[in-house]
Amino acid sequence: MKAHTLSVLVENKAGVLSRVAGLFSRRGFNIESLAVGTCEEPTMSRMTIVVFADDAQIEQVQKQLNKLIDVIKVSDITDIETVDRELALIKVNAEPGTGRSEVMQIAGIFRAQIVDVGAKTLVLEVTGDTVKIDALEKLLRQYGVKELLRTGKIAMLRGAKTVKSEK
Amino acid sequence: MKTGAKILVEGLQREGVEIIFGYPGGVVLPIYDELYESSLRHILVRHEQAAAHAADGYARASGRVGVCLATSGPGACNLVTGIATAYMDSVPIVALTGQVPTNLLGNDAFQEADITGITMPITKHNYLVKKTAELGRIIKEAFFIARTGRPGPVLIDLPKDVSTTAVDETKAFPKEITLRGYKPTVTGHAKQITKAVELIQNAERPIIYAGGGVISSDASAELVEFAECMGIPVTTTLMGLSCIPCDHPLNLGMLGMHGTEYANFAITESDLLIAIGVRFDDRVTGKVQTFAPHAVIIHIDVDPAEIGKNKKVDVPIVGDARSILQAMIAQLNRCSGREKWLERIRHWKNKHPLRYKEDGCLRPQFIIQQLSNLLKGEGIIVSEVGQNQMWTAQYYCFRKPRSWLTSGGLGTMGYGFPASMGAHFARPDETVFDIAGDGSFQMNIQELGTVAHYRIPVKVAILNNMYLGMVRQWQELFYDRRYSYTELPSIDFAKIAAAYGVDGMRVESCDEVVPALTAAIETDGPFVIDFRIEREENVFPMVPAGAAINEMIGGHPR
Ligand SMILES: Cc1ncc(C[n+]2csc(CCOP(=O)(O)OP(=O)(O)O)c2C)c(N)n1
Repeated sequence: MKAHTLSVLVENKAGVLSRVAGLFSRRGFNIESLAVGTCEEPTMSRMTIVVFADDAQIEQVQKQLNKLIDVIKVSDITDIETVDRELALIKVNAEPGTGRSEVMQIAGIFRAQIVDVGAKTLVLEVTGDTVKIDALEKLLRQYGVKELLRTGKIAMLRGAKTVKSEK
Repeated sequence: MKTGAKILVEGLQREGVEIIFGYPGGVVLPIYDELYESSLRHILVRHEQAAAHAADGYARASGRVGVCLATSGPGACNLVTGIATAYMDSVPIVALTGQVPTNLLGNDAFQEADITGITMPITKHNYLVKKTAELGRIIKEAFFIARTGRPGPVLIDLPKDVSTTAVDETKAFPKEITLRGYKPTVTGHAKQITKAVELIQNAERPIIYAGGGVISSDASAELVEFAECMGIPVTTTLMGLSCIPCDHPLNLGMLGMHGTEYANFAITESDLLIAIGVRFDDRVTGKVQTFAPHAVIIHIDVDPAEIGKNKKVDVPIVGDARSILQAMIAQLNRCSGREKWLERIRHWKNKHPLRYKEDGCLRPQFIIQQLSNLLKGEGIIVSEVGQNQMWTAQYYCFRKPRSWLTSGGLGTMGYGFPASMGAHFARPDETVFDIAGDGSFQMNIQELGTVAHYRIPVKVAILNNMYLGMVRQWQELFYDRRYSYTELPSIDFAKIAAAYGVDGMRVESCDEVVPALTAAIETDGPFVIDFRIEREENVFPMVPAGAAINEMIGGHPR
């Protein structure tokens, strides 16, 4: 079992997300994260899906996705050179005097932005790959994370190559 | 200008549809109004489930797309079992449902049900039409998707205002459709085909395991030609029965849970398994690890997702079974016998034939054999689900593809009777028999109303054991004969038929069987025979769930 990253090109139509999500839950596939949005071609959307699966399962996941009429192309980009990013918003306890400056220092090291300053909390915005965000989250836990939001990973091939429909 | 309802009816006719099975209601009134003067034939069923099964039976018997129509909410929901049945057996149907007007969608309006949401996992694809301008394209796409690749049901949900709104008729139907996410593979990979042929030519104990895919791709003739040339025995799944004539020397009958002993032995000893249009279902493989344990596996299927899903495959070939078999036949440079292997199989066949007690009691196997003798492989046999289905699969001698319709994947009781109606309209000159259980028949017994109404000449042979027989059999074998809620009271089915204006009779002894069947066949209209069979007759041999397929009970001593 390992985390696989799938880049999936789909029709930009109502109901596509529920077709994909329904397929995963129905067949018992384990979604780690799913990020979806419009892409360079307005009639299509691109999904980045992270799935926990062994080799046989990931093959089934891809084949089953391909069976959906609204799915145009599925690529497993796990072992390809990619730029991958996630965005997280983290609301952390940081009262003046007890840890606020440490949190700000940590934010600096991770190049996280402080996007909100409250009387007792700070909100950090950070982008990076999953490992980086996991690391930051772990460090901030000791101060008390009140709320955490992650977008799920998006990933793009490095260089000139793209994940495109073959037309 | 043309309304959506008009575009719909015209669209169906453009797709070659001659008949639809349906049931009206509020939101489909505009469609029904259009049907009123149309040449498109509509059969009014007595329950929407029957409309879906009839469309399915029509599709299986004809090879064309079957169509059913229902109103929104309860009407659409009543189609669900029929759609799921078609989905599991890869049958091309288009289900049309009415929907509340678009401005009320999502409001829990009267008779609103999210039928596209409900049927998402049981359709190949579905559509909620939002604008009349899209309708022509959607109809075209729906039929294309339903009948190509791995066939399957497609649903089109039609809000009432989509049916009533008129659009410019010159733009109603696109000349061409493009589905960039749907490109089924037809021709198999040439290298894989060559590899398969080599393996087959060098195998000592090859066996063909053929399924519904052979029937639906109309590959039966090619399959037999190939098997004959290479001297390869053929076993079929429940869905594949009829792809090779029952009395063909290479035919081993059905394999799996209620398969023949010789088919299961042959699979277990084979060194090469050629799987065509099958999906290694658990009712076929038993314990999958011990299925064909010594065999190299070639798997031919139009759906890549079926390859390697349940069992690891050595040579996958994705594509249409017929086209691949033709390519394989073209590569055979010689025909060859396999005397040793075939001799071993003949030995098993002689020592382990299917058998039942012939003691003069009215047993279902006898009835089916008599029907088989009378029809001589002509006609269409449909079954319900349970023991009746398995006895038919075991004892009826099928000779032609598309002469056997049954709910294999979903195992839907109540499928047979309405599916027979559909089969009749697909091939009106042929005798259609539904072989039923008393439980299953009562699941769609209301269709007596439909067959009486239109004088649809389907014949129903009820193997009446006054039990939910298959469940009772499991209770007998695995639950210490504790018959929990499986006994049914005696019903006078001939009287019920008579009340609907349908002929019928009861049969209680062996010598009445042939006269009764003959009377049914010779009657112009529908006919119901209530056969009072031995109540606790079982289907044997049997592989207990989860066992290896060569570990059968109720077979011959070894
Ligand atoms: C709709 C539906 N409900 C329940 C079942 C479970 N089931 C399978 S076989 C069977 C008994 C069928 O009884 P009957 O139609 O009398 O046929 P027999 O087995 O006696 O031939 C049942 C209840 C089913 N297959 N389908």
